[in-house]
Parts: sequence; C-alpha cells; structure tokens
Amino acid sequence: MKPAAKRLRIYKDSRGEGEAFRRRALAGFALILLGLCALVGRYVFLQVLRHDEFALRSVNNSVKPRAIPPARGLIYDRNGVLLADNVPAFRLEVVPEQIRNMNQLLAQLGSVIALDQDDLDAFRKQLKQSRRYDSVPLKMRLTEDDIARFAVNRWRFPGVDVVPYLTRQYTLGPLFAHVIGYVSRIDADDLQNLDADRYKGTTHIGRTGVERSYEDMLHGSPGYELDEVNADGRIQRVLKTDPPKPGKNLYLSIDARIQKAAQDAFEGRAGAAVAIDPRNGQVLAMVSVPSFDPNLFVNGISSADYKALLNAPDKPLISRPLRAAFPPGSTVKPFMALAGLEYGVRTPQDSVFSSGVFYIPGQARGYRDDQRYGVGTTNLYKAIYASVNTYFYKLALDLGIDRISDFMSSYGFGHPTGVDLPGEAPGIVPSRVWKAKHSPKERTWYPGETVIAGIGQGYWSVTALQLAHALATFAGRGVPYAPRVVMSTGDVGTPQVPLPNPPTGPSLMKNMKDWEAVNEGMQMVIYSNDPTSTGFRAKLGNGFPYRIAGKSGTAERYSRKSNAYDENKNAAYLAARHRAWFEAFTPAENPRIAVAVVLEAGAWGAEDSGPIVRKILDAWLAAQGGAVPPSTPLQESGLPAAPASTQTPEDLPQGDIPAPDSSTGEDNTP
Amino acid sequence: MTLDVLRLRMHRFFRRMWTRPRIDLPLAFALLMLCGVGLTTLYSAGDGNLGLVGGQAARFVLGFACILLMSRIPPSALRNWTPWLYAGSVMLLLVVAVLGQGRGADRWLNLGIMRFQPSELVKLTMPMMVAWYLHPRQLPPRWKDIIAVGAMIGIPAGLIAHQPDLGTALLVAAAGGFALFLSGMAWWRIGLLLAGAAGMVPVAWHFMHQYQRDRILTMINPESDPLGNGWHIIQSQIAVGSGGIFGKGFEQGTQSRLDFLPEHTTDFIFAVFCEEFGLIGVCAILVLYAFIIGRCLWIAMQAKDTYSRLLAGAIGMSFFVYVFVNGGMVAGLLPVVGVPMPMVSYGGTSAVSLLLGFGVLMSIHANRKVHD
Repeated sequence: MKPAAKRLRIYKDSRGEGEAFRRRALAGFALILLGLCALVGRYVFLQVLRHDEFALRSVNNSVKPRAIPPARGLIYDRNGVLLADNVPAFRLEVVPEQIRNMNQLLAQLGSVIALDQDDLDAFRKQLKQSRRYDSVPLKMRLTEDDIARFAVNRWRFPGVDVVPYLTRQYTLGPLFAHVIGYVSRIDADDLQNLDADRYKGTTHIGRTGVERSYEDMLHGSPGYELDEVNADGRIQRVLKTDPPKPGKNLYLSIDARIQKAAQDAFEGRAGAAVAIDPRNGQVLAMVSVPSFDPNLFVNGISSADYKALLNAPDKPLISRPLRAAFPPGSTVKPFMALAGLEYGVRTPQDSVFSSGVFYIPGQARGYRDDQRYGVGTTNLYKAIYASVNTYFYKLALDLGIDRISDFMSSYGFGHPTGVDLPGEAPGIVPSRVWKAKHSPKERTWYPGETVIAGIGQGYWSVTALQLAHALATFAGRGVPYAPRVVMSTGDVGTPQVPLPNPPTGPSLMKNMKDWEAVNEGMQMVIYSNDPTSTGFRAKLGNGFPYRIAGKSGTAERYSRKSNAYDENKNAAYLAARHRAWFEAFTPAENPRIAVAVVLEAGAWGAEDSGPIVRKILDAWLAAQGGAVPPSTPLQESGLPAAPASTQTPEDLPQGDIPAPDSSTGEDNTP
Repeated sequence: MTLDVLRLRMHRFFRRMWTRPRIDLPLAFALLMLCGVGLTTLYSAGDGNLGLVGGQAARFVLGFACILLMSRIPPSALRNWTPWLYAGSVMLLLVVAVLGQGRGADRWLNLGIMRFQPSELVKLTMPMMVAWYLHPRQLPPRWKDIIAVGAMIGIPAGLIAHQPDLGTALLVAAAGGFALFLSGMAWWRIGLLLAGAAGMVPVAWHFMHQYQRDRILTMINPESDPLGNGWHIIQSQIAVGSGGIFGKGFEQGTQSRLDFLPEHTTDFIFAVFCEEFGLIGVCAILVLYAFIIGRCLWIAMQAKDTYSRLLAGAIGMSFFVYVFVNGGMVAGLLPVVGVPMPMVSYGGTSAVSLLLGFGVLMSIHANRKVHD
C-alpha cells in the first residue's frame, strides 16, 4: 500500500481531482444558495413584515437636501475698484412635471412676459436634458415690470415661479472684457467634465480670461439646506442650513485708470497695448481695441448680437494682446544689439557704414536701409536710435540664425509667456527647426532669411504681450517673471494675500555694461537731436519727469514686389501697408513700467504708436501721484505713502499690495 | 508569406466567431434576460432618459462581442498567457497607484480615448493566476501552496484597497479565494484561515479611512445620523420596504422619482427595482442569478482540466459576491461599498469585464471533457 500511496502523491490523479472538484462545487453552490436565502429573508423582513411602516414613511418622506450654490468671488483692480460684481436678479422658472400643455403655457405666458425666440430655444434645449421634477429657467434677468405683471397673473400659471439669483455684472464692461473675460451658463457638455458635487446648484462658469483661469478660486464650495417639502415638492420649511463657502475675491494688478487711458489713446483704432512692471511681472494695463460688452454673454447672448460680434470686420472678440501676432519689425533691434554684445560679437563702438543697401557677400540681392542713401558710419547707439537696417543685417549674419533664435527664445519670443490668462498664442521666432517643421518642401535655411530676421521681418511673429514681457525682462536687468494679471486674493473682510510670483529663472544678463549700452541707445531714440533719429519728430520725452527709453517698429505687411523706391508718403496709404509698434520703459535708469503698443494699421511706429505709449506713461505717472525719486520702492497713489525706511528697495514685490479693504473700494472708480 | 498565413488565420478566426460561435445557449439566454431586466430598470430609474439606456445597451453589445471573441480562445492558450496577463494587470495597478487620476479615489487610467480601471482587469486575471498556479500541483493544496496563492491574492487586493476601493478589493480577493476553495482546500484549513481573518479585523479597522469606518458605523445604526451618512441607507430601505410584495409598478417608484434615493442609477439601482417590482421581482431576479451561477458551476464540472475547472468555478462564484454585497447593501445588511448589481447598475467597465469573464466560460464549455 505504501508505495502506491507515494505514487499517488507524485502523479496527479485527475479523475480523483475531478470528483473532488464536483463535491467542492456542490458544497460551494449550497453555500451560495444559503447566502441568497439569507438575502431573501432580509427582503421578506423589509417588504412583508415592515412593509406598512416603510410605506407610510415613503408617503411622508418629506425632508430633502438641496444644494445652495456659493457666491462667486468678486474681482477688483489693484486699488479696489470693483470690476466684476454679483447683483441680485430674478428669473422665471418652470417645473415641467406640473405643466399639462407646455405649448399652450408658453403662448399664454408670452402675453404676460415678452419671450423672444432665443429664450424659447434655450428653454426647449434644456427641457430635453433635465428631469421632469427639476425646474428649468425660462427667462433670465426679469425686469421689475415683468415681475409685477407676472405677480398679478401668477394664479393662472401653476408650476411657474419667479426665483431670485445672483448674476454677474461687469461694471466697467468693455474696458476689461478681454482681461476678466466672462461667465456664462453651464451647458450639458460642461456637466460631463465638472465635479458634480462642487457644481451642484451652480448655473454659471468662467468661460474666458481671469474668470476661466481662476475658476477654481472664484467658484467656492456649495452648502446644503435640508428642506421639508410637500407632495408636490414645494418647500414648506427649512430644517437645517449648512452655508456655502463663497469663492475668493481677486485683485488684479491692473490699474483701472491706466487701463482707461490706454484704451482711450487708441481712439478706436484696432490694436493692443500691454504694460508690465519689470520688477515683478505684474501687468499694469492690457488693452485690446476694439472691445465688446461682456455683460451680453452672462445670461446667454442673443444670436443676433453674437453674429454681429463674430462678423464685425475688426473682430472685437479676439483678445489682441494675447492672440494677435505680427512681425515685430525694428522693435527687436535692441534685443539684437544686446545679443551682439552678450555673445561678444560687437562692442558698442564697433561701426559699419550705411550706404543705403546691404549685400550678402557674393549675392546680388540688395537689402535696404530706411534712408535712401544711408546714414553713414553707424555704431550701436546710432544703429538703435536711427534704426539702421544695415547694422543689423550685418550683425545678424555675424551672429548666425542659431544664436539669434536661442537668444530671442530666452527672452520669451516664440513661446507662450506663461501669463495667467487662457488662449495665449506662442508667436514665432525664426529658426532652422521652425522652418523645417513648417515648410517641409523647402527645408534649407538661407542667409537672406537670417539677414531679414535681424530687423524683425521674415518668419517673425510676436504678440504685444510677448514684446512687453521681453522688454520688461530686459528693463528689469534680465530677471524674467511670468506676466501676472492677478496680484492677490482675499476673502471678504480679510486682508489680501499676495499670490507669489517668483522669477522664472536667474538673470539673463551676462554683463550690466551691455544693459547700459542698449538702454542708452534706446534713450537716444527719445532724446537725440540727430534728425535721422526715428523719434526726432515725435518728441515723446517732452515734459516727462523721468528719462524714457524706447524703440519704434514699423513692420511691413507685404514684401516689396519691385526694386523701385516707393515715394508715396501719404499716411493713409502707408497705414494700409504697415503695422506700427512702439515699446518703451521708464525711468530709464531704474525701470518701473515697460509698455508695448501695436497698431494694426499705423503708418509709422514712433509717430502713431509712440503717442499712445506716452499717454499710458502719463496715466501711470498720474496714478503714482506724480514724479517720485526713482529709488523709492513700489507704492500706490491715492494712499498714504508707506514709510520708505521700512522696505528695502527693488526686490520687495510684497510692498505692492494696496491696503484698503475690498468692500470699501467702489468709490475709487475713475 | 507568413503574413498571408497570419491574415488567413485571423480571417478564419473572426469568421468562425460569427458562423460557429461556441456558446452555451442556456447561459447566454439567461444573461440576455438579465440584461433586459437591467435596461428596463435603468429606463425607470433614469427617469425615462433614453441616452442613459442607449449607452448601457451599447456596452452590453460590446460585452457580448467580447463573449464571442473569448469563446474562440481555447483555455489552453489562455493558460499559457496567464502569468503574463496577471503580471501585466498588476503592473497597470502599480501605474495607477503612481499616477492615477479620479474623483477622490485614484483608480482610473486615462487612455486618451477612454478612461479605464485596471482593477476591472484584475477581477479576471486573479482567478486565472490562481488556477494556473494550482493546475500542475498536487491537490488539495497544502500550506506552502496556500501561502503562495495568498501572496498572489494579497498584493493586487492590497493595491486596490489602497486606492481606496474596498468593494473591488473584496471582489478581487473573493475571485482568488474561490479558486482556492474549489481546489479542495481542507475545511479545517479554511476554518483556521477565517478565524485568523476575524482576528485581523481590529488591525484592518486601524488602517481604514475615516469615511470607511463611518460607513460601517452608520450601517449598524443608520438612525444615528439620518441627515448625513445614514441618508443612503434609510432612503434605500424605505424604497425597498415600501415596495411590498407586489411592488408599486413600473415607473411608479416615488423614492427615486422624487430624488430621495441617491445614486439611483448606479449602486442603488436595485432599490428602485425592489420598490417597483416588490418581493416577487426580487425573488425572480435572484432565481435568475442563482441559475447563472449554477450553470457556471455545472460548466466547471464538465471542464477538461484543473485550470479550466478552477477558473470557471471561481468566475461563477464571484458573480455571487456582486449580488450578495450589493443586495445586502441596498437592504441595509452590509455597509455601503462600491459594488454594482451586475448587469443592472449603470456603468461601463464592470458590465464589460463581467461579460468578458462569461466569454471565458463559454470557451471552457466548448472545450469540455468528452464523456468516455
């Protein structure tokens, strides 16, 4: 017996195993039946023995939780001017379950309260998506007249109610439309991507601008209310309330007064302006002209209004500072000059001779100067203030395209600046990689393309925000900050908490002497008495207490078709062919504001965009309360100046926070 | 040339999937009936929302396609792939643990086109692995094998419980455990292990999240917190109890209509069913479930080898765990854990993965032992 048993252990006995499995499976099934019987027992207990009790409770079941949406955070400018408010309003709601004949009801209701086709379309769409017991809004923002007329006729419309709610109002309307953006109604598509618990009861969500990028902070979290309801679902009594947590208030770094002055300076001409504080990346003004009224979108824009905005020839819905990218023209010349110095390819005194035309050695095609016969011997300073193309053609060739694209990328050209707004365009820096990727048929890089890249033409494409960001980075002695439009947050009644914005890297500047040389050249644009200076006629520095450093740019929208000189100097004619840029910062020796302006149709950078920059600087100066010594740390106008001794200058962005409480700031409206 | 052969084979494989499906008709018919019941209940619980029903029906169609596909893969091939499938699914669990994303609980992997829960995969690979391990070994298993199998079960189950998804961890552990049970593990060893597990309860309690503890405490006494954690349990019991013997009738349940019953299309859909179809409906659907489980075990008994037997039996028995845990939760017998009522609760991955498992059963049935 023993050997047999041993053999059994070694070799698997599949027949015996099958039998053992059969027994075990039957045992398992018996256990399962036992478990199911236990379950049935429990259901018998609930559904038979305790049926009467539960049936009664089901009829009397009357306590129902209801979500209370949080109040959205308010948005202020840097001095506490209210920009986005929540105002109480009333809407008309219908509970579909209580309506016998919807078409008849809508017809009768239409004779009491005017209902237009957009209201009805939106209502029918939402009706399909919601359940019969949930009320569906029919008309938002009822007028007092509507409410009164409905109140008189209310008995005729069971299942229809006037419901109070908070709606968003943008107090300065078009002025901040592209910065703050707007909220609009949550639709069925949003519901799939949203955290259902957090958005219970919430009707609106941020769509664009700050409203969208700071949605998380602005939204808050909902509260709950336990309501006693009757058989129709109407609330009889509130048993318990767990209040919602309102969203955080936001403070923009933008000063509404500078913003207003900048917008007015455009006089309706299409373009963009951005002003940045080089010391911390805070955006002081960001203007897109023309603009639109964001209030239209809040409760559903009518299709006629929307079509009008969409089809307007100058595209008011586009956020130009972020999205409109153009060749920067001569505004890149200071950066080119800086690249020449920083790579050691040039000293400030190195000169070239400008004869009016530049030839790449061995090639016949000529690259022109602005002045027909050139301006003679040109060093770095003259190259900047007289915007001498020949100097930069040669410099670009000496640097080579790879060093140019590396250097320009380090100043933020060619990729998003990282501003806290959605939808930023990356722009383009000319480079071999870019060309190979975007023109696969013609991948070779030609020296001629390097030459025109040196004067900001060719493959270049830059937004006003990028230029302002690059200029601010330069003005701040190379310390890069991501631009920020939101400066701080605060709960109601508590002091503001600044949002930290540390530099995105170490200073890009290798040698401060280079900074000084380029800065000096840019000051000469404004102040030089040489008639060849591009700023000679504009006189942008007259009467301004600080030294301004600037540079114009006049980018061609078309490349020339022939070798003949175009003698037509008519401004309107040129405006149709040019885009006018101007960039400037001040005070030159210790910059506190850097501005970039682009006019989509401007004849000359200095004469057309320059005055806009000057008006922005004037408004900034006024907001500072006039000239103050350049070494004074950051402070706000209209407020008692903080004692200078308590702060160390320059590296203290925290000092930039206005003191007054948010809720008392409304009377500051400019 | 080899490519042509491969193409020919693929072609034949998919053609035969349709022309000669290896389907056990009683099981397939019972599953179809169950899906029908599920869609009907979902129509009522979702308040007549056809989009919801259509989406679920689409998943069922996908699931039945999975059945046809799996039924053509012979169990011997499946057995050869088992260690790789198991290792792969556990790797995915680790990936989720490192970079998963989800609402509160990190258990989803985003595949771009769809989000997918690796733990659903483990529900199938777990019994496969245990069956693979026990297949060549001397049965009934001794302590050495039991400990090895314990590690195979414990690692993925622990990872899933850590996500934290206690319901799925339970299902995964049960699937592996049933394979071990069916392998003929001696009763005294089972008793010893269960006693040991009972002794571990205080330790497990210590490692639980607070919300998990709350769920268990409110299960024991729901009235202690009628407006918070007890809300689900009380409303669900009112729904079940008010249904009575005959139910309130299709689309007549007030608990879900009036929004008193939370999650009435997913985890608590069975309460809607109980309210509308009463005790008679409950008994009918439980008989249907019992039939499916019984049929699975019958298929397992007919199977050719140990691997097929253990796998088929474990898949059938773990189906019971779904029914028992969800049914018990709805009736206030068990704490609230995220286990759906199979084929009735709304939700994609669990329905598809369950039907995938039944596809394996079909294949085992097709390759059954020929009686001598």
